Amino acid sequence: MAREDYEVVMGLEVHAELSTKTKIFCSCPTTFGAEPNTQVCPICMAMPGVLPKLNEKVVEYAVKAGLATNCEISRDSKNDRKNYFYPDTPRAYQISQYDKPLCEHGYIEIETTQGTKKIGITRIHIEDDAAKLDHDNFGGGALIDINRAGVPLIEIVSEADFRSAEEVDAYLKKLKSILEYVEVSDCKMQEGSFRADVNISVRKKGETKFGTRTETKNMNSFRSITRLINYEAERQIDVIENGGVITQETLRWDEVSGKTFSMRDKENAQDYRYFPEPDLVAIKLSDEYIENIRKSLPEMPESRKQRYLNDYKLSEKDAGIITASKHLSDLFEKASEICGNHKAVNNWIISDISRILNENEMDPVEIPFDAEQLAKLVMLIDKGTISSSIGKKVLEELFENPKDPEDIIKEKGWIQISDEGAIKEVVVKIIEANPQSVADFKAGKDRALGFLVGQAMKETKGKANPQMLNKMFAEELKK
Amino acid sequence: MQVSKEEILHIADLAELELEENEIENYIVNLQDILNFANIVNNAPVEGVNITIGASESKNVFRKDEKKVFDNIEGLLQNAPEQDRHMFKIPKVLN
Amino acid sequence: MNITELTVHELQEKLKNKELTITQINEAYIKQIKEKEPEVQAFITDLTEAAINQSKEIQARLDNGEELGNLAGIPIGIKDNICTKGVKTTCASKMLENFVAPYDATVMNKVNAEEMISLGKLNMDEFAMGSSTENSYFKKTKNPWDLSRVPGGSSGGSAAAVAANMLPWALGTDTGGSIRQPASLCGIVGLKPTYGLVSRYGVVAYASSLDQVGVLTKDVQDCAMLLNVIAGYDEMDSTSVDVGEKDYTQALQKDIKGLKIGVPKEFYGEGINEEVKVSLETAIAKYKEMGAEVEEFSLDIAQYALAAYYIIACAEASSNLGRYDGIRYTYRSPEAQTLKDVFKKSRSEAFGSEVKRRIILGTYVLSSGYYDAYYKKAQQVRTLVMNEFSKAFEKYDVLITPVSPTTAFKIGEKSTNPMEMYLADICTVSINVAGLPGMSIPCGIDSQGLPIGMQLIGKKFSEETLIKAAYAYEQETNFREKYKPTFKGGVQ
Repeated sequence: MAREDYEVVMGLEVHAELSTKTKIFCSCPTTFGAEPNTQVCPICMAMPGVLPKLNEKVVEYAVKAGLATNCEISRDSKNDRKNYFYPDTPRAYQISQYDKPLCEHGYIEIETTQGTKKIGITRIHIEDDAAKLDHDNFGGGALIDINRAGVPLIEIVSEADFRSAEEVDAYLKKLKSILEYVEVSDCKMQEGSFRADVNISVRKKGETKFGTRTETKNMNSFRSITRLINYEAERQIDVIENGGVITQETLRWDEVSGKTFSMRDKENAQDYRYFPEPDLVAIKLSDEYIENIRKSLPEMPESRKQRYLNDYKLSEKDAGIITASKHLSDLFEKASEICGNHKAVNNWIISDISRILNENEMDPVEIPFDAEQLAKLVMLIDKGTISSSIGKKVLEELFENPKDPEDIIKEKGWIQISDEGAIKEVVVKIIEANPQSVADFKAGKDRALGFLVGQAMKETKGKANPQMLNKMFAEELKK
Repeated sequence: MQVSKEEILHIADLAELELEENEIENYIVNLQDILNFANIVNNAPVEGVNITIGASESKNVFRKDEKKVFDNIEGLLQNAPEQDRHMFKIPKVLN
Repeated sequence: MNITELTVHELQEKLKNKELTITQINEAYIKQIKEKEPEVQAFITDLTEAAINQSKEIQARLDNGEELGNLAGIPIGIKDNICTKGVKTTCASKMLENFVAPYDATVMNKVNAEEMISLGKLNMDEFAMGSSTENSYFKKTKNPWDLSRVPGGSSGGSAAAVAANMLPWALGTDTGGSIRQPASLCGIVGLKPTYGLVSRYGVVAYASSLDQVGVLTKDVQDCAMLLNVIAGYDEMDSTSVDVGEKDYTQALQKDIKGLKIGVPKEFYGEGINEEVKVSLETAIAKYKEMGAEVEEFSLDIAQYALAAYYIIACAEASSNLGRYDGIRYTYRSPEAQTLKDVFKKSRSEAFGSEVKRRIILGTYVLSSGYYDAYYKKAQQVRTLVMNEFSKAFEKYDVLITPVSPTTAFKIGEKSTNPMEMYLADICTVSINVAGLPGMSIPCGIDSQGLPIGMQLIGKKFSEETLIKAAYAYEQETNFREKYKPTFKGGVQ
């Protein structure tokens, strides 16, 4: 049978760290990258005798995420213990939610080349993150840093609605942007605060029941996830084509070899022995509580996009790109407001800024400069203080070490030459140096003018005011 | 329910306990006794009775999202069997 | 005057009248410990050395006319499953043999705020699992009334130390009878408060939904005084309940005319020793005499409650004890080569057989396939038990039952058959299952001179009613005056 006769079926479990000030069950800070075991207390260290106490913001944030993904919010919820031994789990149980999650039955709409599609969200529940385990190069041992243990997570479980890597990619980007918009998570993937467990299975087209799935945990890069899906689907099809069967197992993705590996020694058919957490009490949310959160939700990407189409007359495509990221969208609105030239701001974001982000695999939240600095850049060009070609250099500089563009061009001596005398000098010099081109021009070859202007630009390192150059050449060549 | 040796070993494995051969027989007998007695709950008149999770009837007991830094962090590591660079040390996890 | 035979409120009197000093009191108790501890074996960690200086320091401040709380300098003992900052908290287990808690339990903060002086951490069944204190990794505590017998458990060290006058009072914990039963077997007063009245923060968990801290004292007045110290809402404990400030000594009244007492006949059925029954009947008759309205009624839940208790307690324990994994603060097997070893060998070598037994049972009833048949059913039974008690308390203020089916049994007598030991908890566990307050007070002596206890049960947060009922009976009968531990079988 041929590849095309198979379809891939996927479901996702996304873990997003909530951006609360403190952990889910204790008052320790959650700052990323602190010294090992400095953001700990008896509670997250699972000392004998300690008790958890639920952070109210965690419930609020989970409900926000639920409302933003069209979920029903449970009026009656609780926490449950998930029991298993692993060195990154100090209590030997994770406090999660089993049969009564905070949010259920939601969906997200995604856009792909195939059009619009609804992806079902089974549930969103709250739980605590695990400690950090350093497997590598410690004399065969491993080291445990408890700082991350107890950082609040929401787990967003999707239906097995995905049929292509493109759909998964679109869903993850959409979900990420939604969580950023409602400000419940910073979704910094390289810091692991937005990561996905990917369930993959294949089946013959037309087949109604699912094939056996494999699960690959903690994927935290869009590219790797696409690579994973393509590799794993191929692998499973090969197995089946060669008369083998897929075993349900947890896999580890190896970025270097681009292959998946079985993690046998860990979860061998676990029995988590879930039971209600007796150290915590029931969560019963009132309609009023939920409505207040609903009212507090910020403007979502769709409506911003509409606004950009109507008020700013941006193209469908541009408005889509900008609103996909709350950070870009905020940057666009603030900068436009300051400089009053939203067309220019739009162009910078769509062309050069996006290009630089892609080249460096950066997330918009990592843009080092602020709206004011971008606006200043636009204004400098509009005032003719610098040319747009210099502008590009200033932007590169803003990514390198961001500061007031005015200071940048002063330090670099990039201010445009608009002095008549100075420009005339250059023009005369270029004309003398290029008699052939001058002759061509006079013979009616207009292209020659462009060459001469280019030479002048080179001579002035791009600083000459282009309009004045053109004017001056025209005059001089008439003589 | 009859408890088999396989079962007791599986349970011990879930609980990260290593049972000596002589212990196993013992625990099977004990577990069997206790389960036989515990089966009483299955004769209790609890048709349609709700479950009770804890003795506490309160609900929505939450903490404010306010930082408190623990004042005795060194005390949290002082009992460690093995540590290195302010972290707990264990044998390698992945083979 | 023998200082160590006095109750705390008697000591306070003598302090007020300058007949005694804090130093004298502490020295007297320390001397008694030196004499009796070799026989009784109630202490795991001895803090008497530090106590001498503490008492001198407090006495000095008093002499300088400083105003201190009326419990400042009063000695106390702490069950070794209550976390004490800077002092070992072992839970009588090899697993925590060298564990020093980096923080104080909430009840310890309260005790320390009163400037009481802790003379030591007290012996118990390992992780509070047992009814005889024979499951301690360190030592077997003896019953001061007969040193060949158990003091009961799991708070056996606390009960024996108070009965032997090595302490005026002590803190214990009660998950299925661990305060009331040893109090009964040692002839003292024990109170297990309503679930949620006393904070569990810093109390090493056995079964989270059943555990409660309580007091073991020489008489009811001391019981009320010590409850005043430890009771109260705690933001660190989500199951803690705020019932406002209360002074339980206000309940120390002798007049109980019209008090409605219910006697659940099923609690007096087969398995309950005849002498115990007789003693209880006499006590109940006394209550009638004192003007209480007594009525026998049916409360047929004891068997179900006992079964549900062992399912729920062991299930929670199997999870609560998972953190003892050989990584952060526990024993680690010297044999451990791999991670699996660190878990398996450490836990297998450091947990005693009773602890392992309960972990195995708890893991079993939670494992897939058995959850509904056992754990879920047990939770339903729990509701049933609560409902039955609520019905009873529509009619009665207090229920009276035995605490233990027998008086103190011989060391080793039951340790071979776990089931037999479990069945002996029949009278006490249902109170924990329902989260009710329960109190044990001495009501007699059997033919072998061993104390018999009576259990008073009230509705949630009705500690005052229990204290009142207990106080009235105590004043009428004066058990402490009539009977004293004889240290039978000890070196004379």
